[in-house]
Amino acid sequence: MTKLRRLGASACALSLALLAPSLAMAAGGRGAPIAIVADTRFIDNGLMHWWAQMYNESHLAFALMTMVIIPVLGCVLGFVADFFMKMTGIDLGKRELAEK
Amino acid sequence: MDWLYMMMPISGVNIFWPGLIILGLGVGIIGGFFGLGGAWMVTPGLNILGFPMAFAIGTDMAQMAGKSLISTMRHGKFGNVDYLLGIVMLVGTIVGMEIGAQMIMWLERIGQVDRVVRWMYVVLLTIIAWIVFGDVAKRRAKERAAREKNQEVDKLESGFDWGKKLQAIRVPPMIHFKHAGVYCSFWLPICVSLFTGWLAGILGIGGGLIRMPALVYLIGCPTHLAVGTDLFEVAISGLYGAASFTYKGRTELLAAVIMLVGASIGAQIGVVATKYVKGYGIRIVFGLAVIGCLFSVLLRQLASEVPSMRGLFTTLATIDVLALVSLTAIYITYRMVKGAQAELAAKKQAAGN
Repeated sequence: MTKLRRLGASACALSLALLAPSLAMAAGGRGAPIAIVADTRFIDNGLMHWWAQMYNESHLAFALMTMVIIPVLGCVLGFVADFFMKMTGIDLGKRELAEK
Repeated sequence: MDWLYMMMPISGVNIFWPGLIILGLGVGIIGGFFGLGGAWMVTPGLNILGFPMAFAIGTDMAQMAGKSLISTMRHGKFGNVDYLLGIVMLVGTIVGMEIGAQMIMWLERIGQVDRVVRWMYVVLLTIIAWIVFGDVAKRRAKERAAREKNQEVDKLESGFDWGKKLQAIRVPPMIHFKHAGVYCSFWLPICVSLFTGWLAGILGIGGGLIRMPALVYLIGCPTHLAVGTDLFEVAISGLYGAASFTYKGRTELLAAVIMLVGASIGAQIGVVATKYVKGYGIRIVFGLAVIGCLFSVLLRQLASEVPSMRGLFTTLATIDVLALVSLTAIYITYRMVKGAQAELAAKKQAAGN
């Protein structure tokens, strides 16, 4: 029974520690969100202009495009760099696993 | 020399674009070699190049995801990635980071955040450096003891064997990470990643700096596997971070793309260098990099504690980071070139015979 009580007290203490930040957050008011807008007036390049325009119109579309572009570009650049590294003649398939 | 500058479409700042490629190259080399995202190098670097801090963090996250993906691909081909371990660790990391982020908001409300975070960072980096060099000394002591008995220490043996002791705790379900050669309780990687994720969330960093040594010393992973597996995790968490920051409008994708060009070359150099450097070589250079990072955080702390000398300490902190990145990247490149030369010479000799 004493063990059970101790366990209960520990659980309460743990939940208090975890919930304290959110309780403190709930106590305060939210600040006004800051809106950042890309200035498209001085962008001459068509592609850049379209890109900045998309950012201004929808951050969601912009985020989705980023999520697609980064991994795809990472894979493409990875393959290209790998191709050139293979041309050096180094064995890129094996390595010795040793700490010392 | 106008062609060396490029207007960033979102943030509207004029950036010296070769600087982005050089920064990408440096962080690619270091990240690929140590298994780090390298936010502690890139964010101040981008800030120095002229990006506002809000854009520097988001842009760093985006390039970190791409760069870590490139490094993971190469490490994967070497057999340095345990994907199952990476996925299990990811669960604990995400939950831990969320708890850490909530705690940081709480600290922000009581007005102690900067001070607490910086001092925690200092303590943590000191502990990591102590563990790394303590482990090196212990391994040497084991070698000396073995030599006296005319024996040899196993090539995969570490100085500190905390990993083995923690693996011996048999709390079901047990799990076998074949690539890493680790058989342990499922709760071990969960608890370790929860702890490292919580620390990363509080410190506002990606967590590679903490996770890589945690994989080595607490999970018992061989160093090369820890580097590759950590990068796999950094790639996924970096993509999540990039999505989050981009949705908030804080990413300059064009800059991230330019950095990726340099990072793709750097990542190859860094990862291939691990082929020629043994585990303890990586650990020692990592320990030195941690000490360099520790000095930079201490200098920034001094800048905030002594306002009259803020300029001097901030400049010294910047010089420290730049020197650290340059020297480490040069050393890793040197080891890669030397190793490749020796391998090619051996191949040539074998073909001649």
